[in-house]
Amino acid sequence: MKYTEDHEWLRVEDDLIVVGITEHASTSLGDVVFVELPEVGTMVAKGDEIVVIESVKAASDIAAPIDGEIVEVNDAIVDEPGKVNEDPLGEAWFFKLKVDDVSVINDYLDEDAYNALVD
Amino acid sequence: MSDLKSLPLDGLHRELGGKMVPFAGYDMPVQYPAGVMKEHLHCRSHAGLFDVSHMGQVILRGSDYEAAALALESLVPVNAAGLGESRQRYGFFTNEQGGILDDLMFANRGDHIFMVVNAACKEADIAHLRAHLPANVTLQVIEDRALLALQGPEAEAVLAALNPAVAEMKFMDVATVDLGGAEAWISRSGYTGEDGFEISVPVDAAEALARKLLADDRVLPIGLGARDSLRLEAGLCLYGHDIDTGTSPVEAGLTWAIQKIRRSDGAREGGFPGADRILSELHNGAERARVGLKPQGRAPMREGVSLFAEADRETPIGCITSGGFGPTVEGPVAMGYVPIAFAAPGTVIYGEVRGKRLPVEVVALPFVPARFKR
Repeated sequence: MKYTEDHEWLRVEDDLIVVGITEHASTSLGDVVFVELPEVGTMVAKGDEIVVIESVKAASDIAAPIDGEIVEVNDAIVDEPGKVNEDPLGEAWFFKLKVDDVSVINDYLDEDAYNALVD
Repeated sequence: MSDLKSLPLDGLHRELGGKMVPFAGYDMPVQYPAGVMKEHLHCRSHAGLFDVSHMGQVILRGSDYEAAALALESLVPVNAAGLGESRQRYGFFTNEQGGILDDLMFANRGDHIFMVVNAACKEADIAHLRAHLPANVTLQVIEDRALLALQGPEAEAVLAALNPAVAEMKFMDVATVDLGGAEAWISRSGYTGEDGFEISVPVDAAEALARKLLADDRVLPIGLGARDSLRLEAGLCLYGHDIDTGTSPVEAGLTWAIQKIRRSDGAREGGFPGADRILSELHNGAERARVGLKPQGRAPMREGVSLFAEADRETPIGCITSGGFGPTVEGPVAMGYVPIAFAAPGTVIYGEVRGKRLPVEVVALPFVPARFKR
């Protein structure tokens, strides 16, 4: 698993990049009560704000970490936003991206580097 | 940040894992490890302890209670003189334009008035009182007392374990009771819509009392986050948001707090700042009203969201003044101001969230029925 400085995690699964938010992000946000995901088929550019996540405290955005196409989104977290707090690294993934080359993931932070960032 | 004041229980909040944030000039716990959602739900089903020591505590004394109350009446459109002994009442300071300078709770404590005002307004309130009170009414700012609130359906049982006398109190009663050796000034009231108490105790006894209350399994500490969602579901105004110098009490739907005796043809009609406008609005109605708003989707609509009569209209008709997620309602809840023509429950209007117009229904307040001990 790799990480962005914006507290997203990335992992490769079947030639796609799966994106979610880190435990640190989910804890900082507090109880998540609303998630809005992009539509499947959307072409996104790195930095585009494509997810809205609202907690009891505030609204925030999640940006696309990489250029690509949204090929799958996790509707389960729209129906049950609390999953983002319960299992941010597993069940509560956000979307799957089709990118030119999944090896781009190696440009991101490894676990030690991410932990150093949030400590 | 060095100007931030600490609460008397600062150390305890940190020990409990409170996440501290600046609020009204104080370093205050916004939440504890349980989080806003669990704290909120716990308070509605058991009991929650809040440290509200940032609020202003003030005593007014005249030759007797009535003298102090009549002086207060020159600043609030409320029947203060007619308040029974050991009873508490809600009120607000008004300005010459009929707006609200602050809202407050005051009590008849026999020979004096005890009042609690908002933290952010307390300096201004004290200056306002000093500037307008007659010379024979004195004002004492209480700096050596903490203020705790114990709220929720199990609050009575928890507090009665320390002094059974509290169980005899009814909603809006006040009393002086001994709590573990400390002289506590308590009221049976709060800011959650639940039964509960507000407890003023000497600062040096506050931590021991808080620890005793927290030692009860039924009690969780509650931060500012859940305090806000609890009061919002209860339909209660937050000063500086739902009411301010630009909102009149009639617009704000607080006419229930203006007793007949202070209205037109009452024995002590008017005689408070802004009486012309307020009495006129009581008679003729205001142009807009504070209403409950239930977003029909799941997206919370927060303070500042503009409201529109139709999804495609350009000009907003009003604005949300408080909004967020209601843990008990299990969905978004909000309050705001709309023209009277849109104020009837069932009216559907539109709130603009991230550029999208989303339907929101005008509903009666509160979102969660009050459970006071009448």
